Amino acid sequence: MSWINETGPARDVVLSSRTRIARNVANIPFPSIMKPEHGEQVAQKIRSCFSSNTSLEEPRFNFMYMRDVPAVEQQILVERHLASQDLMENIKVSALLLDTKEKVTVMINEEDHIRMQCILPGLQLNQAWEVLSKVDDVIEEQVEYAFHEKLGYLTCCPTNVGTGLRSSVMMHLPALTMNKQMNVILQTISKIGLTARGIYGEGSEALGSIYQISNQITLGPSEDDIISNLTIACKQIIDKERFARKALYKTSGIQFDDAVWRSIGILQNARVLEIKEFMALISQIRLGVSLGLVSAFTLEKIDGLMTIGQPAGIVKKSGKSADASEIDIIRADVIRETMKEKILTKEG
Amino acid sequence: MLCQECKQKQATVHMTKIINHKKTESHLCEDCARSHEDFIQGPSFSLNDLIFGFMDMGHSQKASEKPVSSECGVCGMDYKRFKKMGRLGCGECYKFFENELGPVLGRIHGNTQHTGKVPKRGGSDLQIKRQITRLRGELKRAIELEAFEQAALLRDEIKELEKPQELQEGDANELDK
Repeated sequence: MSWINETGPARDVVLSSRTRIARNVANIPFPSIMKPEHGEQVAQKIRSCFSSNTSLEEPRFNFMYMRDVPAVEQQILVERHLASQDLMENIKVSALLLDTKEKVTVMINEEDHIRMQCILPGLQLNQAWEVLSKVDDVIEEQVEYAFHEKLGYLTCCPTNVGTGLRSSVMMHLPALTMNKQMNVILQTISKIGLTARGIYGEGSEALGSIYQISNQITLGPSEDDIISNLTIACKQIIDKERFARKALYKTSGIQFDDAVWRSIGILQNARVLEIKEFMALISQIRLGVSLGLVSAFTLEKIDGLMTIGQPAGIVKKSGKSADASEIDIIRADVIRETMKEKILTKEG
Repeated sequence: MLCQECKQKQATVHMTKIINHKKTESHLCEDCARSHEDFIQGPSFSLNDLIFGFMDMGHSQKASEKPVSSECGVCGMDYKRFKKMGRLGCGECYKFFENELGPVLGRIHGNTQHTGKVPKRGGSDLQIKRQITRLRGELKRAIELEAFEQAALLRDEIKELEKPQELQEGDANELDK
């Protein structure tokens, strides 16, 4: 399944790199105020760009109207970062082109007519932009974009105008979080036009110490400038996190090892697993795997577990709709089974 | 997490209530939370509010010259609605609300000039213009450094770039006759 199963540069700290661009079709009102027939027109226009296209060998896309996708599947698309919640809230007219390899998606009639994104494993922002720019070119062969000489690509919200580019890096920063260094880092990066937030969980809480760092400014700097700024900042954070991990291991020694193995023990035996606890344990194990303390799991496997354990993933696995307390029980069952398999395969 | 009540929107309002040592948790979306008396909300803080704030600053200066009743010719968006939504209605709105948007864009991005990718369709003139601007800058520097040979090369390059555009304009004039 997609980037999760693949390795990539700095995968010990960086889960994935995501780049998205916003585009609009010229002379058609934006989704904020458009009539359903406009929405249909946009969806068909974009769809036909790919059905008739021969210049792009990869990626290959499947087209779907969101209204035809069951609610649980919609939430899974959101949890796996293949589509946004906003796309699901515009369900009458929204559609999705999903790459068969699940790396590139083109959302149609989200906040803008077109929001396309590319997700790659590890730190690969440049590569993600290259892939995306080619997909952008394919659409542009047949569609005239809303573009202004001075302001660049025009978007529904003025915060996206210009390049329409939002690049983000999903990072696992447990050691910096434990050392309480995250606040300083967040403050510093905000000074150079970058922003960070927790991916899972709400508000300022970052479940599992997973953060998303992205650019805030879209008008002025070029795509290359935006991407290289973000890449440089991320490389520094990666270095700091690696240093902090090693220092932590050195100073806590056996206690550190103990915390990792206890976490594995709980996930393998728990009967009720609340999301918050689950994410904290997964984070601890991921940290252990990154330092080579646990050979039974790879980082990719752990990241896969993290995705499976999210609420919609659990509901799908169980095959029925469940309320919050049931979800915690099913989560424990699913994770227990998955972890058992992994250990058995390893030993077998 | 989805809202407990409508089970459709994302839950963004969270409350933990402890009465007589009994703990209950509620996770609701903003709309459902509003209809709940438990949630006493202060004034909401949103991106839209921030954008209006910036817009009003621009509005008091220049845009007041525009008649209040006017609306975007393509999508029909008017100032009042634009202010309420904080979103534009179509690409043409950027031209129509230019005065109001200027200060907003400056404050959000610290810039008002796009320098990134340009669409090939309809963007080729712009690409040439950008190249000419860049070469003129290099020419100026070359002259300052008294690198006249390089300056001559740059001058020729600029002339070459300017030529096809003039030719095309010339052709168009011919056709007009």
